[in-house]
Amino acid sequence: MASKASSTPTPNGTLNSAIPEGPLPEKWTQYKAKAKLINPANKRKYSIIVVGSGLAGGAAAATLSELGYQVKCFCYQDSPRRAHSIAAQGGINGAKNYQNDGDSVWRLFYDTIKGGDFRAREANVHRLAEISLQIIDQCVAQGVPFAREYGGALANRSFGGAQVSRTFYARGQTGQQLLIGCYQALEKEIAKGGVKMYTRTEMLDLVVVDGHAKGIVVRDLTTGEITSHAADAVILATGGYGNVFFLSTNAMGCNVTAALRANKRGAYMANPCFTQIHPTCIPVSGDYQSKLTLMSESLRNDGRVWVPKSREDAAKIRSGELKAKDIPEENRDYFLERKYPSFGNLAPRDISSRSAKEACDDGRGVAKTGLGVFLDFSDAIKRLGKDKVEERYGNLFQMYEKIAGEDPYETPMKIYPAVHYTMGGLWVDYNLMSNVPGLHVLGEANFSDHGANRLGASALMQGLADGYFVIPATLPNYLASQKPGTVTTDAPEFKQVEAEVKDRIAQLMNVKGTKSVDSFHRELGMLVWDKCGMARTDAGLKEALAKIPQIREDFWKNVRIPGKAEDTNMELEKAWRVADFIDFAEIMCHDALAREESCGGHFREEYQFTENDEAVKSGCTNPGEAMRRDDEFAYVSAWEFKGPGVPPVLHKEPLVYEAVELSVRSYK
Amino acid sequence: MNLTLKVWRQSGPNATGRIETYEAKEIPSEASFLEMLDIVNTGIIEDGGDPIHFDHDCREGICGACSLAINGVPHSKESGITTCQVHMRKFRDGETIWIEPFRARAFPVVKDLMVDRSAFDRIIAAGGYIDVRAGSAPEANSILIGKEDADAAFDAATCIGCGACVAACKNASAMLFVGAKAAHLNILPQGHPEKDKRVLAMVRQMDAEGFGNCTNQYECEAVCPKEISADVISKLNRDYAAAIVREAVAE
Repeated sequence: MASKASSTPTPNGTLNSAIPEGPLPEKWTQYKAKAKLINPANKRKYSIIVVGSGLAGGAAAATLSELGYQVKCFCYQDSPRRAHSIAAQGGINGAKNYQNDGDSVWRLFYDTIKGGDFRAREANVHRLAEISLQIIDQCVAQGVPFAREYGGALANRSFGGAQVSRTFYARGQTGQQLLIGCYQALEKEIAKGGVKMYTRTEMLDLVVVDGHAKGIVVRDLTTGEITSHAADAVILATGGYGNVFFLSTNAMGCNVTAALRANKRGAYMANPCFTQIHPTCIPVSGDYQSKLTLMSESLRNDGRVWVPKSREDAAKIRSGELKAKDIPEENRDYFLERKYPSFGNLAPRDISSRSAKEACDDGRGVAKTGLGVFLDFSDAIKRLGKDKVEERYGNLFQMYEKIAGEDPYETPMKIYPAVHYTMGGLWVDYNLMSNVPGLHVLGEANFSDHGANRLGASALMQGLADGYFVIPATLPNYLASQKPGTVTTDAPEFKQVEAEVKDRIAQLMNVKGTKSVDSFHRELGMLVWDKCGMARTDAGLKEALAKIPQIREDFWKNVRIPGKAEDTNMELEKAWRVADFIDFAEIMCHDALAREESCGGHFREEYQFTENDEAVKSGCTNPGEAMRRDDEFAYVSAWEFKGPGVPPVLHKEPLVYEAVELSVRSYK
Repeated sequence: MNLTLKVWRQSGPNATGRIETYEAKEIPSEASFLEMLDIVNTGIIEDGGDPIHFDHDCREGICGACSLAINGVPHSKESGITTCQVHMRKFRDGETIWIEPFRARAFPVVKDLMVDRSAFDRIIAAGGYIDVRAGSAPEANSILIGKEDADAAFDAATCIGCGACVAACKNASAMLFVGAKAAHLNILPQGHPEKDKRVLAMVRQMDAEGFGNCTNQYECEAVCPKEISADVISKLNRDYAAAIVREAVAE
């Protein structure tokens, strides 16, 4: 069996992941050998909708067009080149083993599974590790200017959660360079006529005909016009939902609308409580703030994270009486090096973030607000010289100086964790198809590869793997069962969804209240950051679930949207997105409440190791570390939407580990 | 801090625009320039008005969406930054600030401070790529590229497509944008096979879009947020001249 085209829930309520049979390292090869094909003459009869133009969507649109399909690609930005993949800084993993340091496909696979705290699907992750090799080849051929050694070969650096150097990078602008490569491929296909590009156009709903995803309804963000688009299959590559927290490192426009609308039309939302809080961001400084800025994890290669050992010293730093350099070495707590000696400052993101939070909760934070720790380069500057440090991190240091107004060559950076990436997303099977046939989901928008925590330099890898190599091979499996062009926008389902969209816009415009859209977004964001952020409790989540319906009610009574719907109207765009974030936040909190364990980015305070646990006594882990409960929770939670304000229904996909043994995740 | 803003307002592409005055009150000096506009917009919305529309997205200087001319200079008089990286601590309390869109014939206004820069996409579509199908690439390290070439290609590749170069140029020339892309791809060995075709197609598209000629004033270089050197323009001129000659000979 290569795979099943359909992945509807099986009678016992579990989900069919359509994982191919055979030994793990051979599954993808076997799959491709047996997968269905569409002959070249027939490919041009099929039309595909791709929503999103980042690494996953842009790569998928370009590649499917290269293969001969008719593609329509949509993005809300004014150009596909501006998708938020562009902001990724540090790098992209590839198991090339160019460093001869013991890397392999297996090791990248294992690091990713372990990094995800054993909550990702083995078969998908192994495929990702295999494809990582081809991605680097593809990007180099496109002209992506990766860093190189003097001899002309590609250079690598280390990233968190790995003990090998497998990260390819283009200074601190790797995401930009990869996206530009992808965008150029997309523009090439646009010029050839294979892709029709719709910029400044936002998907507002999904259209399902006879149980299959067959189109979308969009709003032209310039004119406000609502139109329908039909296709033989729909691909969502619409990114993550980090902006549910209001403040995050996401771009201002990033939103959950496409994914949430798909959820409301029948697609399951998987593991929404798995959110990544990135340890190295510039701390919040005030209420006016609109977003947070990430400082690349690559900085942790040479920067040392610390706070003073005593609360008194920390208080003096906060008040300005003392500076970082006034604290002698013996009075500093390099807490990551102390707690995780073998990984040190390169401990994975979830663990590093939580450690920073603990230090600040202990009263030893160093930013004015109390929420900040030092990231110190003075040792690196001593060891390597200022020039070398500048060569490696110059643009990041400059960025920090612009925002924080302090020179990191002279005084340590202050950093604090911030919402950065979301591992959860729409449920997909091995084909990257959701439980709604025809609806495929790629990149950050799906849930499949990073488990409960993503390792650094793996998001770019997954986006490009999904777009360049996975979907071109898996999409024919669905298309082969479909006669091309059978559904058009004349179908009553399109008229129905279009009418619903117009109705909802009219409702929003007619509220004519007094409060700004942002005020609701900020209120929601603070609530979920507080109750469903770095640490979660049963009581806190229940509180959030009681509060969210109140925010929703207030929103629909009191939001003010100026201007007209039939015009460029940024407040209306934001209002639609915030209304969806409110509904999404509820699902996220339900998931966090139901998952009574701690794993990766999901830390339930009730479930942590204590001195009495065997794993602590044996020295395998420390008190306070996340405690997984594999017997009960080794599954993917997939939530079915049941109506506004109605609790969603949980479906489970059991996670079966054939190749790796589940163990306590230790980075000591 | 308190400021007076003189802002370009234009309700649509064909409407007549005008400068309007707004008072920005109690702005924290740590706020970014766009956060200052957020605060002003909140006030406008509360007063029942239409907020000032402007393009922005990543707010960390890399997506290239933000595009304001502040006191007559695209992005900022401070070198090497985008509009979203401008912080209010650089202004004086009581100052009057002029805010306008990036102006050029090839960048029509969409609304207020938003402009249509799709001409740039069409220039890239004309030839700003290396034509390599996914799946057909050779092993990455089979292409060795000396560090100098790799670094030079990277420097040119840092362009974010914001259009400040065009807005700063008295002729609204796009030569820095086109030169940067041509240099990025032409320097690399992977880009050599299509070098001539690329520069000819990109330059012809640039002309068709209504961008002006370069008269070597280098205002573009001065405002480029990624500090791309105007050397890419001389390289483009050389590559273009060589391509024209080879095209003529081939005919």
